[in-house]
Amino acid sequence: MNRELIVHGAEWTEKLLFVYPNEYIYWSIQIVMYPYMTGLVAGAFVLSSLYHVFGQKDLKEMARFSLVFSLALLPVAMLPLLMHLQQPLQGINVMFTPHFTSAIAAFGIVFSTYAAIVLTEIWFVYREYFVQQTIALQGIEGWANRLKRVLYHILTLGAYSTDPAALAKDRKAIRIMAAIGIPVAGFLHGYAGFIFGSVKANALWMSPLMPVIFIMSAVVSGIALCMLTYIIIMEWKKLKATLAKGRGDESVTVIRGAEMEVISKTARYLMMFLVAAISLEILDLIFRGYTAMKSWDILRSVMFDADFAKIFVLQYGLGNALPFIMLLLPGLTIRRTAAALLLVLFGVFMMRWNVVIGGQAFSLSFEGFMHYHLPIIPHDMETFKEGLFGALTVAATPFILFWGLNKILPTLTLEDR
Amino acid sequence: MSCSRRKLLKSAMTVTLAASLPASAFRFLSPAECRAATGTEGTRWGFLIDTNKCVGCGFCVKACKKENEIPYDAPVTRTWVERYVITRDGKTHIDSPLGGRDGFTDQKIRGEELVKPEDIAKTFFVPKLCNQCENPPCVQVCPVGATFQTGDGVTLVDRDWCIGCGYCIMACPYGVRFFHPVHRVADKCNFCYHRISQGRQTACVDACPFGARRIGNLLDQNDPLTRIIMTEPIAVLKDEYGTKPQAFYLGLDRNVR
Amino acid sequence: MKNHLLRPLWCILAAIALILIARHFMVPDDFGVHGKGFTYGFHRLSNVKEWQDFKVKYRGREYCRECHEEKVEKSNSSRHRAIQCENCHGPAVDHPDDPETLAIDTGRGLCLRCHAALPYPDNPRSQIISIDNAEHNPDTDCSECHDPHNPDREEG
Repeated sequence: MNRELIVHGAEWTEKLLFVYPNEYIYWSIQIVMYPYMTGLVAGAFVLSSLYHVFGQKDLKEMARFSLVFSLALLPVAMLPLLMHLQQPLQGINVMFTPHFTSAIAAFGIVFSTYAAIVLTEIWFVYREYFVQQTIALQGIEGWANRLKRVLYHILTLGAYSTDPAALAKDRKAIRIMAAIGIPVAGFLHGYAGFIFGSVKANALWMSPLMPVIFIMSAVVSGIALCMLTYIIIMEWKKLKATLAKGRGDESVTVIRGAEMEVISKTARYLMMFLVAAISLEILDLIFRGYTAMKSWDILRSVMFDADFAKIFVLQYGLGNALPFIMLLLPGLTIRRTAAALLLVLFGVFMMRWNVVIGGQAFSLSFEGFMHYHLPIIPHDMETFKEGLFGALTVAATPFILFWGLNKILPTLTLEDR
Repeated sequence: MSCSRRKLLKSAMTVTLAASLPASAFRFLSPAECRAATGTEGTRWGFLIDTNKCVGCGFCVKACKKENEIPYDAPVTRTWVERYVITRDGKTHIDSPLGGRDGFTDQKIRGEELVKPEDIAKTFFVPKLCNQCENPPCVQVCPVGATFQTGDGVTLVDRDWCIGCGYCIMACPYGVRFFHPVHRVADKCNFCYHRISQGRQTACVDACPFGARRIGNLLDQNDPLTRIIMTEPIAVLKDEYGTKPQAFYLGLDRNVR
Repeated sequence: MKNHLLRPLWCILAAIALILIARHFMVPDDFGVHGKGFTYGFHRLSNVKEWQDFKVKYRGREYCRECHEEKVEKSNSSRHRAIQCENCHGPAVDHPDDPETLAIDTGRGLCLRCHAALPYPDNPRSQIISIDNAEHNPDTDCSECHDPHNPDREEG
């Protein structure tokens, strides 16, 4: 097809009945990924702050882990936006000429502030480790070690003192950064909700509850992802240690996997936020039905006909109710928790999907519908970026980054501290 | 004698002066041309659509696409015409094939649904274009200041600054915005800003053989368009969004979306 | 080592300074708040001029008259007087320089825009003489029999 006839959105939009000529599903899979990833960042940070600020001792194990994980997620929250932009090279304009009446313009500022806070907190958490490494690596041969030492040297920012007074100051700074971080993390994701909630043209999106719903589900997904990654890593270490012992490795003395204690306590926080998220969503739905504004007819037909399975079966049923019951039933095991966490993550993803894609499932004319067909096999850059593989790229990146970060900032090797 | 000589000199002078003036100095300027010459001060462009006159020929859509370099066969358009067929059972049948670019020559709605002539209660064609809102939500949500309102009330898109996020497209309740297939930035009707700034009419107004479309200055009490808006019953689209649209409709039916 | 707590802050301030310096070089000088305030008037001022300088393609009947006076007069005194020359002949742009000739569309589609019969008695469309496209000489161009510049007279 002639390149100049390719209209953005036409590829994956199917129109039914009367839809305005220029209407397409312009915000597709990457805009589903965007609040999803931002939510994971915010959630992971809130989880770590629960320990640092409120002294929730039961979360100590998770705190350092989820803090570094939120750093790994940070650049990924930006990635889907860049992949979605029609002019990604101009994207920096958001930083240069922010138009603050736009919810997206806040992105540059809030996101950078948040990144600065996370980095600062991590610096305080790991400063002692940086200094130790710089000393430990001194005089060790090999270019890799020398390089590593230079890196740690730079990371100390020239602050070498590890006397108790300095370390006490570090701990105080961590608490302060974590405390500032909570509202900023909330704001970061709340504004993601505001991006949608403030679009008055869209009958499904426009709701003052949207930012709050987004924050709640963000925390849910963030906690779920941190727990799941923790379980996977600890079980993997356990497997490795068991195998090594089986081979007769004398150095292996401790075999321990994920601790049920940590898991069950974190799960309790997860359920609290899950209840809040669901209550708000149901409240929103009831209000729409009860007030039955002009748009209710078309919203109802989208929710209860076209998207019924996606909303009520996949999102609320499979993604919320089922894992809730699984976590609540007595005799919780690691395996059951892992399955429930996967379902929770899926449920939050479906919530994002149903908001972003569902909000474009009907025409602004209220006289027609649009169906979204996710491009699976890409045949050009556009269908890659805004297709299944683009989304998978976004989803995989934080794990790769986390793996890389762990080389510098070990999160789970207990011997280190 | 001296007196008559002076008289002669005087009249000779007048004739020479008059002859030296270019013929154009005596041409009457249209109000639009005056405005074009004096800048945008005191101008607020508005549009008037008479749905009682439109026959759905689609010449406006054709002219718009060619004038504004919107790829002719791409399924997006800055202006379009909708056909409404209201049947006796109260149902509304709407379509806009290719945005009405080739007119309406088929009785079938969307090429598939045939409404029996005896069932038809009323029919009308509704041209649509950007409403150049007084409170444009599309401008409010632009994160980088790439779309804005000019002093004379027209919302423009800066193609060099747009990042292509699509937020403005989402924010418009009228669905007038789209991504330009070639420039890959947001695009929309701008009342042919290049034409109205020169004192011309928009391409769609010029192309309409039936006078269903008009453009004028809402701040000029003597503009025929302003007089109609002040004196006749008019309506706007989707008033409830608080956007204060400046495209006005005569004979707008309640079924129009 | 007293003030090691502030070290991250210096890094952050350096990053902000870097962005501000980049901004200084990347953002045009005329970018700012113009006229309508920050909400609606935050933009690059020269863009207004850029749009005003956009190329005009439809030049209007008077432009055609400069060379084709006879045709314009003929059309003007017919029932097709309301139809602009360029509606059928296409935009003049810089004709006769560029394009040298305008492609004349003689297809039926052009006429059918107004003259295809639709059963809409309440619509102004019904006041236009119309044909059933499938019945009325379907394989012939309209201009074979009708002169578009003077539709009242039938041509042989």
